[in-house]
This record gives sequence, C-alpha cells and structure tokens, in this order.
Amino acid sequence: MFLTSVVPQWPFYNLDTMFVRGLKRKCIDGEEDIEGTLAGIKAIPSYNLQRQSLLDMSLVKLQLCHMLVEPNLCRSVLIANTVRQIQEEMTQDGTWQMINTQSTGQTSLDRLVSTDILCRSSREQAEGKQVPGYSNFNKDFEDDQTQDSSETMSTASSVQAPRNLQSNVWEMENAQENRGNFQKSLDQIFETLENKSPNSVEDLFSEVDNSYYDLDTMLTGMMSNTKMGHCDGLETFSSPTTTTSNSNCKSDLNELDHIVEILVES
Amino acid sequence: MQKKWVVFFCVFWWQGSNDSLPSAEAVMFLKFSLRSVFYGAGGGNDIQWCFSQVKGAVDDDVAEADIISTVEFNHSGELLATGDKGGRVVIFQQEQENKTQSHSRGEYNVYSTFQSHEPEFDYLKSLEIEEKINKIRWLPQKNAAQFLLSTNDKTIKLWKISERDKRPEGYNLKEEDGRYRDPTTVTTLRVPVFRPMDLMVEASPRRIFANAHTYHINSISINSDYETYLSADDLRINLWHLEITDRSFNIVDIKPANMEELTEVITAAEFHPNSCNTFVYSSSKGTIRLCDMRASALCDRHSKLFEEPEDPSNRSFFSEIISSISDVKFSHSGRYMMTRDYLSVKIWDLNMENRPVETYQVHEYLRSKLCSLYENDCIFDKFECCWNGSDSIVMTGSYNNFFRMFDRNTKRDITLEASRENNKPRTVLKPRKVCASGKRKKDEISVDSLDFNKKILHTAWHPKENIIAVATTNNLYIFQDKMN
Repeated sequence: MFLTSVVPQWPFYNLDTMFVRGLKRKCIDGEEDIEGTLAGIKAIPSYNLQRQSLLDMSLVKLQLCHMLVEPNLCRSVLIANTVRQIQEEMTQDGTWQMINTQSTGQTSLDRLVSTDILCRSSREQAEGKQVPGYSNFNKDFEDDQTQDSSETMSTASSVQAPRNLQSNVWEMENAQENRGNFQKSLDQIFETLENKSPNSVEDLFSEVDNSYYDLDTMLTGMMSNTKMGHCDGLETFSSPTTTTSNSNCKSDLNELDHIVEILVES
Repeated sequence: MQKKWVVFFCVFWWQGSNDSLPSAEAVMFLKFSLRSVFYGAGGGNDIQWCFSQVKGAVDDDVAEADIISTVEFNHSGELLATGDKGGRVVIFQQEQENKTQSHSRGEYNVYSTFQSHEPEFDYLKSLEIEEKINKIRWLPQKNAAQFLLSTNDKTIKLWKISERDKRPEGYNLKEEDGRYRDPTTVTTLRVPVFRPMDLMVEASPRRIFANAHTYHINSISINSDYETYLSADDLRINLWHLEITDRSFNIVDIKPANMEELTEVITAAEFHPNSCNTFVYSSSKGTIRLCDMRASALCDRHSKLFEEPEDPSNRSFFSEIISSISDVKFSHSGRYMMTRDYLSVKIWDLNMENRPVETYQVHEYLRSKLCSLYENDCIFDKFECCWNGSDSIVMTGSYNNFFRMFDRNTKRDITLEASRENNKPRTVLKPRKVCASGKRKKDEISVDSLDFNKKILHTAWHPKENIIAVATTNNLYIFQDKMN
C-alpha cells in the first residue's frame, strides 16, 4: 500500500521548533489544518520534500550510533525498514530514476573508503570527493533489493555506498554535531583502551587502528554480527561479493582472530 | 451512596462532553458506570489512587546510573525489586500491617541493595557491555530465602537473598571477636547457643548463565514448572534449567542466513502462566507468535500467529515503527495476553488470532507528532504494561510522567501523574487530561507542553492489593488506593 494522494498523509513540522516552549507556532498538523487556509497550504512543503527529509534523517540515524556500546538492533532494523519503504515508493514514483541519470560514474576503486575515514575532518572529505548526494545510496539499495547484481555492479555499489554515506553525513545540516560525536566517540575509545591495565591484549590492539572498529559499527550498525572489520560493512550494501579488496581484509582479520584465540586460551 | 452517584454522574458527564466521542459511546460509558456504581463491581472507577511513597534522589540532575530500568513485585507482593542502569538491584520490603494504622497499608522500605552486574568490555568487538539491568523476575518462594533472576544485555544471574538474624555465641575455642583461645586455658566446656542479632540481609549470586546470547537480551520468563526459564534476545530465544549454567537450548532462531535480509527482530517473550509447554514472543512488526515446545525442538514454526490487519486510513511511513510491540504480558488467568505498541494497548484472546478483543489508546494525540518523535528517537521508547491481580485493569506509562489505567469492565480510563507535587500521603491523585487540539481547558495540558524526557516506561501492580509501583526516570513512586 502506498500513499497515493497528493496531499501529504503525515504532517510536517519545523522539527527544530517542535519542542521549544513558548514558541507558539501554528503547527501544520492534522488534516483539518491542511485543508484550511490558502496560506496554510502554501506553507506546507511538498510531499516529495517531506519524504526526502525523512529519508535523509533516517540515513543519518543509521550512521550515528554509539561507538562504545553496540547499537540497538531493533532500532536499526526499524529505521532501515523505513528507508526501504521510502526507496520502494520512490521507485514506484519514478523519482529515483530521474536522479539516477544525473549521477556521474565514480567507480574508481581508489575511492574505496579507507579504514580511517572517520578520523578525517569533514573539510578533507568535501575536498577529496564529489558529492552526488543520496542518489547513489538509493541506487545501491535498489540494486540490493531488486536484482541479483552482477559482480561488477556489486563492486561498484560496494565502493560507492560507504563513500556516499560519508558524503551524506557531512552534507547534513548538523554535520558539525556529527563530527563532534564521532570525534568524541573516538576519544572515548582511546581513553578506555588506555585505562585498562597493560597486558598482552592491549599491546595487541594498540597496533591496530582503532577506527577499524568504528567503521565496523558504523556500517554494520544494524547488522550486529560476530565478525569484525569493514569488509562485512561493505557486504551489507551489496549482494555477496568476492572482491579482491575484501579478501585482503579477511586475511588480516583471520590473523587477528588467530592471535586473540591464542591469547584467550593462554 | 446517593451523593456518590450524583458526583460520579457529573464527573462522567463532564468527561464525556470533553472527549471527542460519538454520543453512542458516551451512552455506553454511562450504562457501564451506573451499573458498577449500583451493583458495586469494584472496578477501576471506584479506585481512588493516593500517593504513598517516593524513592530516589530529589534533585533534577539525574545521575545516569540511577535511571530505573525495571520494576517487579514478587509473588506475594511483600517485596518490590528495582534494577537500574548502574547494574544495581534495590529490594524494598513491605512493613507488616500496623493494626493501629488501619487506613494505610504497610510502607515499603529498603530491604537489600546489591550490585548485580558490572560493566564489561568485549575485546573482540571493542564494545562495552552495559551493566544496565534489563529485567528482574522473581522465583516463587520455596524456603526462607528469596530468589530472583536479573539480566543485563548478555548475562543472567540467579540471586539468593537470605536473612540472618541470629548468630552463634559461646564457642569454646574462639573468643567473641574470632581470635583463637589457647587450648590450655580452657577449663570448662559449654554448648554454643544462637543469640539474636540485628537483621542482616545477604544477597549472593548462586548461578551465572553467560555466553549464550550474541544479541541483547530483552526478556526473561520463568516457566510454570519453576525449573526452567527462557531468555530472549533480538534474534534468538534460549531455554535454561535453573540448576544448569553451562548449557542452554535454543528454541527460537529468527536470524536469517544473510543478515542483509533481516527485517524483523524479537522484542519480548513470556511463558504461559499455566501451560509449561507454551510461550509467546512478539516482534518488531507487530506480530505475536505462540509456540508449543512439544511440537519440535526448534520452535521456528509457530502454533498461532496473532496479527491485526493494518488500518489503511492510518497508514504512514511510521506505521511499522509504531506497530512494533514493546511488551507482552499474559493475564494471571492465562486466557488473555496484553501487548503494548507505541500508541496503544491491545488485549488478545488466545483463542482468536486475527484481531485483539480490546484496544485501548494510550496517547492517540501523538499520532500527528510522529515525525518529530521519530527525529528525537522517542518513537523507539519501549513502554511496558501490566495487569492488576484480578485481570480487570491494565496499566501502562506515557510521557510527562503520566501513566494510564484502563478498566476492562467499565471501559473507563484514567490518566494520573507521578510527581513530587502530590507527595503528601493519602492525597488523592487528580486525574489529568491532555488536550489534543483546539481550545485548551483549564487544568488540561496541551500536547506541545508535554515533557518527552519524562517518560514512564516501567510500572508494576501488586499481585493481590491495589498497590502500584511507577518508575519515572530516577524515582520510584508507590501509590495505593484510598482505604476508607
């Protein structure tokens, strides 16, 4: 079932002022208001815009997860389902197709997001990459859902999706805040690791780039799994892949697993 | 009696005229209300709730560790346990009823406090395991000691709470302070005797059930055989024996082979109160599955599926999120079960799968605010619900420290507030009302003035009496009905 009427079925608020006390803003809510004055109708953003902002908000939510504590799987699944629902509707509308034609091919494997991407400031991000917006993410989801992608397609998807997530994040109005959150979370991780009493486990992890795990939790936010590494993160946005980039990561991970296993048993 | 009737009628009429109810329903309300007044059904409409006690810090600055995360009465109602985000369990005990103070029931005072869970660090995933107590469940009392199960995200512990009020005195070889006496100085022998001492309550962990859950545990439920219990996380449910900690049986597994296909998680699970082979689990898609453990070892195929078809007129992008069930509770009789989703409470008859028999709107005025509630994550709040001892009234929490009660017989509902403003004992709580739209009447609160940081997620009802425990963020309120 999809919302077919032109008039938005769900109301849109100026989200910033929703809970500000004392601000008596005429809320554009409820169907009775929408069908009200002409001024009221003009003030309501278009349905597409509302849907778009909901999609953006959902994507941001999927990415912003607590770095120290495992993200809530239920919440992540619900948000992802909402995103999927919007995607499907946009497909039906033909909206995404329009946007898809605008996208340029940024399939260079060099742009594969590296493990320390989150450590960089947003400025570096913006300079280094183009910003096609959410469109490619949509496309990837679309590919994900509707086709058994060929390997080339999935490679492209896997390359683009994480990078575009990054672009999306930094694009957001509250990018400042996001950056702060990431930085703060990274600091927390460092602090925690430092505070532990020195032992062989800590020595082991001190050599590993801590952002390794950040990316893991970020990309696999909803996919709480027992494996670690950003390779799994990439997998979530594409059909099962067997790209060379993944295999390199996996061998590193196996080594790590092996070492930890030894330590745990000793 | 006459005066009561007049007052009641007026109160009802005032309420009826303010609600946007069709008149037919108002007439039904009147019918039920009058019936209960005249025939004394003793339902919720006759209960006047009074403030009894409040526990916890007074200041508004809430320490994160003090946030209450679970509340549970034991089977007799004498003990009330709370768990908090800091991993502590605090147990309150009801005072023995004072014969001279016939107008109030015994107060609850701190009986025992202990640290149940400590924060852990998962080195493999580089993630913290929170010590927050997700659930506490009491075992029925079999001897002098009390037992409860408490769980955080990953580990369940069985705690024994025992009293010590006597100690042996008069050892021959030991002094009173414990030092050993020189045997050569012993000239006579005596038999040690027990002498009373100040009551000491000790809590000790008897079993630790660990390493069985990859995902976060959201529910534990003790079976009616009092030997086994289940623990449920987002994707799996395990069956344990209370005596055995190194083994558990997986009875439900909804993890897809490919995690990308994951669209549904388990949100709550509970054993049937009477049938030891039956349990239910709810999902994030608003379905409840009833499973029979006799059917197969892995209960992936449900025996019954409870699902209400979606109302197409209410459909929105948030439909799925608000249909996600946050709590499921069987009635004491075992005939019904109650589910809580974001906006409503539904009562299901176990014999009817296609729709609930009763639906109560908790805060329908939030339906038009879903977008904002999604933005600030409030839409993901998990509210719990509970039955009263006779299964006639159900209770659940809301925002602004409001909580709601629905009387199933009279169909009346009431909104009350847990706040320190009404903290004189035996003060009757004033019913509250939220104004959905339009003109706000006196004493009503508009939706925009609601404080969404003050949420009541956890409530509990005494198994026998009209005593309720309501947890705000960091305070525990105890209310009881006015005894005449």
